[in-house]
Amino acid sequence: MTLPTPSAAVPLEVTDESVVKSTTSGDPKGSEGRSPGRLAWKRFKRDRTGVISACIVIFFFVIGLAAPLIAKLYGKDPYTTYASDRPDLLDAFAYPAGPNGGMSSEFWFGIEPQLGRDVFTFLLYAIRNSLGIAAAATILTTVVGVVIGVTAGYLGGKTDYLVGRVIDILLSFPSTLFFIAFMPVVYGIFVNPDDNTPTSLIVFSLIVVLAAFGWASIARLLRGQVLGLREREFVEAAKVTGASPMRIVFKELLPNLWTPIIIQSTLMLPAYVTAEAGLAFLGVGVTDPTPDWGVMIGRGATFYTEDITFMLFPGLAMVIFVLAFNLLGDSVRDALDPKSKR
Amino acid sequence: MFRFLVRRLLGALVILLIISAVTFWLFYAIPRDPAMMSCGKNCTPDMLKQVRHNLGIDHPIPVQYWYWLKGIFVGRSYGDFGDCSAPCLGYSFANREPVLGTILDRLPLTLSLAFGAAVVFLIFGVGAGMIAALKQGKWQDKVASSASLLGSSLQIYFVGYIAMYFLVFKMGILDNPSYTPITESPADWFSGLLLPWLVLAIIFTANYTRMSRSQLVEQLSEDYVRTARAKGLSRSNVFLRFAWRGAMGPIVTIFGVDLGTLIGGAIITESVFSLQGVGRLALDAVNKSDLPMVLGVTLLSAGAIVVFNIVVDAVYALIDPRIRLA
Repeated sequence: MTLPTPSAAVPLEVTDESVVKSTTSGDPKGSEGRSPGRLAWKRFKRDRTGVISACIVIFFFVIGLAAPLIAKLYGKDPYTTYASDRPDLLDAFAYPAGPNGGMSSEFWFGIEPQLGRDVFTFLLYAIRNSLGIAAAATILTTVVGVVIGVTAGYLGGKTDYLVGRVIDILLSFPSTLFFIAFMPVVYGIFVNPDDNTPTSLIVFSLIVVLAAFGWASIARLLRGQVLGLREREFVEAAKVTGASPMRIVFKELLPNLWTPIIIQSTLMLPAYVTAEAGLAFLGVGVTDPTPDWGVMIGRGATFYTEDITFMLFPGLAMVIFVLAFNLLGDSVRDALDPKSKR
Repeated sequence: MFRFLVRRLLGALVILLIISAVTFWLFYAIPRDPAMMSCGKNCTPDMLKQVRHNLGIDHPIPVQYWYWLKGIFVGRSYGDFGDCSAPCLGYSFANREPVLGTILDRLPLTLSLAFGAAVVFLIFGVGAGMIAALKQGKWQDKVASSASLLGSSLQIYFVGYIAMYFLVFKMGILDNPSYTPITESPADWFSGLLLPWLVLAIIFTANYTRMSRSQLVEQLSEDYVRTARAKGLSRSNVFLRFAWRGAMGPIVTIFGVDLGTLIGGAIITESVFSLQGVGRLALDAVNKSDLPMVLGVTLLSAGAIVVFNIVVDAVYALIDPRIRLA
């Protein structure tokens, strides 16, 4: 075979949904039916680091989803300032009275200095909100990136040129600065700047702004892949049989692109978690009464010289999550794309 | 080479034009009147009109943009607020000062931060990557690889505070981050910025270790390296003159991108260490909806990124003669 293979990653003939399903939840039974997805799942199961990090990542998502339930069982919520009813919890300088940030059997992770909220439930909800925003932004970015990238690659010509230039420009934008500069712009479209911005609008704007500046890299990658696939025989065959462009894109091209799409989005999610937290830390994203990873670290920063314990919980939780997700991303890539080099 | 540079510089100018136009236009989507803010509390309609006129915001947006562009080349006057000479990037609504002057005031800090950190993370990152590649599979390799994995998962807004807490407040080994111009006192400049450099380096090193390790491992298994060894060249000679040279390309690329980003303002770093650099300037300007300042900083950041991309491509051609610049 001397066909120019665009990427070793691209499985040749795949029936559409099988890949998606089997990479996420495929069941391996013996060796019959060796679809690429099954093979990838088998490779992934053998990778111990990958499985462990997948468990950690799933753990974070589960506690995020189950946060209200856990908080109910634990009997506290992240908004009540417990110290206002029980002044003995904080000392004269409004720092936790007990040792280690006031950790006790009642307040597992201690009490927040000054306001006296419960750290454990605050962190639970912080994980819930941060992961929710990052996951939504990842999905939106991926969908936009895939649609634009595949369209540009498939249509070629002027569309491709135009999209290519837009991507070039987007990639030379200083991204953090633009996130900061455009958050107020998005709010400004919906509310009067003198009014308080509702949290739901902040979350919506965050997701939109992250996606608006994030789609370019995945679109560029997919465009390149499609350029290679477009000339292949099976696409030509589909064209000859009179398939519509929509059908060719969704039924012929897209199934061959799942590997790069999954790899890219697993890389994107931890990056969005840290970007979102960074914005909240700077005071541009989600703001204080709403629990969030970045809000928590930002709160911790105001009194870290006196009480570092409060900051350690969100900080370490984030390091563990991002590390596990990065390892998971590497393992997913190894499983789906065994020929690629690190 | 010359044709390449001219073409790329023209391309860069177009990109900067588009970025400034997009910023300009998008900022007017905020229904917030900068003249009101500049005029203060007891503002009569006449005064407001005068302020609008002085700031040049009583024209339609495209006209304002044109005046702004023209100002860069011929300067412009802001009525009672004073004049702004030739490379005029505008007049800050909030600070009541020309934008360029303020940016130039803040730039030395940001440059010191960026280049100092770059020296540290290049030495440590590439050094660790080289050792890991030479000692493949041994403990040095494992330590370097795990450290870089951990490093790439750390965030400056966490590590920065942890480092300050332990190294500055608990143990007192390092000075509290501060900025003294190098011309005043090189020793203070160094000790004040040492902690930010180290923390930035922890985060950036990871990428360089990974990249230089994988590149070197690849190069060391190439045929030409084996041939050179078989010819009788010494190990260190082969390593430095052959393998390393081949491995440099991608490292130069990410270095250019990182340096461009850092010069454009390390916003989070500067906030964590309370340094008043370009990044903080940008954050404050956005909070005050100070459009001219935001435009100025955006242009500087985008300019740094674009220029470093061109430099990277040119350096690439110098390292690897197979690459032709076209």
